[in-house]
Amino acid sequence: MSHPFRESIQTALHNPNLSKALGRFSEAYRISRAKAYEGIDFESVRARIVAHKAWAAAHLEELAGEFTRQAEARGAKVFRASGSAAVTDYVLGVARARGIRAVVKSKSMASEEIHLNRHLEAAGIAVSETDLGEWIVQLAGDRPSHMVMPAIHLTKEQVAEIFSHEVNRRLASDIPQLVEVARRELRGKFLAAGLGITGANIAVAETGSLVIVTNEGNARLVTTLPPVHIAIVGVEKLVASFAEIVPILTALPRSATGQLMTSYVTILTGPAPNTDGTAKDLHIVLMDNGRSKMAGDGRFREALQCIRCASCLNVCPVFRLVGGHVFGKTYTGGIGTILTAWFDRLRQADDIQSLCIQCGNCAEVCPGHIDIPGLILELRRRLVAERGQPVVQRAAFSVVNNRPLFHSLLRAASVLQKPVAQQGFIRHLPAFLGDLCEFRSLPAIAAKPFRDRFAAIAQPPGREKAAFFAGCLIDFAYPEIGEAVVKVLNRGGISVVFPAGQTCCGAPARYAGAPQAAAESAAANREALLAGDPAYIVSACPTCTVALKEDPQLAGRAIDFSSLVASLVNRGRLTLASTEDAGPVTYHDSCHLKRTLKASGPPRELLQKAGYRLSEMYESDMCCGMAGSYSLKLPEISAPILERKLENIAASGAPVVATDCPGCALQLRGGLDKAGSLIQVRHTAELL
Amino acid sequence: MFATFQARAEAVSAEVHRFVTRLEALAFLLDFLRAESVADAPGSYAVWADGPFLTGLDRTDLARQVPGLRFDVTRETSAAAKIGIGQVDFAIADTGTLVADSTAVEERLVSTLPAIHIALLPAGEIYPDLAAAIALLNPRRSPYLSMITGPSRTADIERVLTIGVHGPKRLAIVCIDELEGRR
Repeated sequence: MSHPFRESIQTALHNPNLSKALGRFSEAYRISRAKAYEGIDFESVRARIVAHKAWAAAHLEELAGEFTRQAEARGAKVFRASGSAAVTDYVLGVARARGIRAVVKSKSMASEEIHLNRHLEAAGIAVSETDLGEWIVQLAGDRPSHMVMPAIHLTKEQVAEIFSHEVNRRLASDIPQLVEVARRELRGKFLAAGLGITGANIAVAETGSLVIVTNEGNARLVTTLPPVHIAIVGVEKLVASFAEIVPILTALPRSATGQLMTSYVTILTGPAPNTDGTAKDLHIVLMDNGRSKMAGDGRFREALQCIRCASCLNVCPVFRLVGGHVFGKTYTGGIGTILTAWFDRLRQADDIQSLCIQCGNCAEVCPGHIDIPGLILELRRRLVAERGQPVVQRAAFSVVNNRPLFHSLLRAASVLQKPVAQQGFIRHLPAFLGDLCEFRSLPAIAAKPFRDRFAAIAQPPGREKAAFFAGCLIDFAYPEIGEAVVKVLNRGGISVVFPAGQTCCGAPARYAGAPQAAAESAAANREALLAGDPAYIVSACPTCTVALKEDPQLAGRAIDFSSLVASLVNRGRLTLASTEDAGPVTYHDSCHLKRTLKASGPPRELLQKAGYRLSEMYESDMCCGMAGSYSLKLPEISAPILERKLENIAASGAPVVATDCPGCALQLRGGLDKAGSLIQVRHTAELL
Repeated sequence: MFATFQARAEAVSAEVHRFVTRLEALAFLLDFLRAESVADAPGSYAVWADGPFLTGLDRTDLARQVPGLRFDVTRETSAAAKIGIGQVDFAIADTGTLVADSTAVEERLVSTLPAIHIALLPAGEIYPDLAAAIALLNPRRSPYLSMITGPSRTADIERVLTIGVHGPKRLAIVCIDELEGRR
């Protein structure tokens, strides 16, 4: 991670306006989005968007050709530009030919991508952004911090300061008055401009139409008052037919701002009359700038299904802390990381891809159904392939892949930690490792790992056999979770075996962009786990379960603990009913259990059947900030995410928080221990 | 359908009125203009774009009844107008949206520049949803199509919803049962 990048994170984290504004927005957004989609089947809307946009991404050239024919037949001039220089040259050419001195723009990410304003200004042409947020940011000499709300990082006091400077008089920080100032100032610019520049949200090949979505009404003025209009449109905005705009217009306002519809939707098809009766001089620039290359990549083509709603930013636990300024220059958040890698270059995404905590929130709400975390992982893999694995990491994975060595090191550590371990926690480490437990204590390595305790567990004979995959945390830090798993499964008539040849599930290597190292672990595990032909391969760690399920030979038998136990209960093989009230418990969803394994129901069902009263916490499915080595690499981000989680846990009022993930348990226990809290963290297995 | 349309339009701060006849609507409109102090002075005009509603009405007489009411819709008169009046083609019930072919620039001037936009809507032209609306449009014949849902709005400063940034600050929708559509 580069030094300037790390500094930009610090700057963002120390900007209280930013995190407060983004935090409040992300909370309000969840509610308004849900309300906006009431009565709408989101899955079917996004299935239609995916069908149309995936087809379009596979036929970009064909659609661009048809769009050009149709738009030209209606009198528009279409220019196809492969790179950014061709776009600026074209725009400057039109401006010079028409002697244009002043331009008004409505929001266009494509023009920001190529830094068009800078080029126009260098040519002596005055450019005014007219979207309020963009204008504020332009006047401030700042950068947009959010794709839909560019000035969300600024307070009304700051805006008053910026506007006061612009109009040369002292303005109060009253929002309606500030908006009125913008209206008056920009009205003059609309009326005086010789050229209007817009982007487009959709381009329809069948009819040569452009669809432009705004709330302020600025695009209507930009396309009506100046006699010349240039629309700069990325080719990924193309769809085949006019009817295909329906699902996109259904999802875009709902996903972007929680509106049923934006105030204005403008559909332009060829030149309309100007205010002096002449026909509009309409130019449409179809810009490629890396998009065709992206469409040619089997893995990344799906990123062209993006409709730029920015919902991936709004649900991201990292974005709501750091905002857009730490990302690329134009596109921010999860999708921005991917687009930056392609529209700029892969290396440009090196630092920002590390921000992704892989929680999967974005993939769940994306109207283009883009596997954003998966694509970021693929970026990571390609970056590692391009510049090599860092030496320390490579050494670490080679140790992990040498199971006897890895395990003897862990055993040695359990002895060496004695001076720093207290009551199962490591609360302080020598200075050079101090960061690791600054915001949370770390678990002490168990004196006797699960693999050495397993043989001593007395098991009754069972009807079926399950191979237990412990994973490193249960094996070496939390063996008592493993013992609880065995006991519960025994009660359901399952006898448990522990294949000693099992090793790390490979997830750490995979998330570090080293799938080869992960594959080596997978091979060792496959052999060990299939050896006794068990009916189930059960894990009490959702991340391990996901890794096991990725192996096609294990996928059919691999199952997470709670799902297996719930199925035993539903088949009448296990009864959890408790006569007494076991007390209140709150439940934390692990990212992998909730969003990859889709199993948020089973653990809750089991806890309630066992007599616990479920007291749900706010944002129970929001990441705890652990995410494997993420909390070691970016502790400055992991810590505030954890802090928020702990507040929500405390607010639930429950003395116990249950989770199905030993990683989350490590993070939560460490944070609660550091805070001196009495709240207990238990794996679901320990509570049944 | 009308009830849904009204509820959804009002939910986004539009005002919705309904009249059976054109004459009742006209009386309402003239009262509205007077109440808003329309006058024959820059900044106080009302501009009214041509459309079926005006067919057969004596415009000179209307302009005499409300000085400042103008039917010469230009860039200049619209920029100096407080109120713009125009007819729209149809509406979408479940989003409270108005849809109009606004290829004629006068349609756009009356609905963008003045602070108040009054949209005349044939009450029989309300369709259930976006899909039904899109199916009615023919972009090849209509270079400039507009969908309007409530007045102009922004939340760009501290996410505080503020009405009326570049476009109209008020949208008054006047539905008339006995009004011929433009389609």
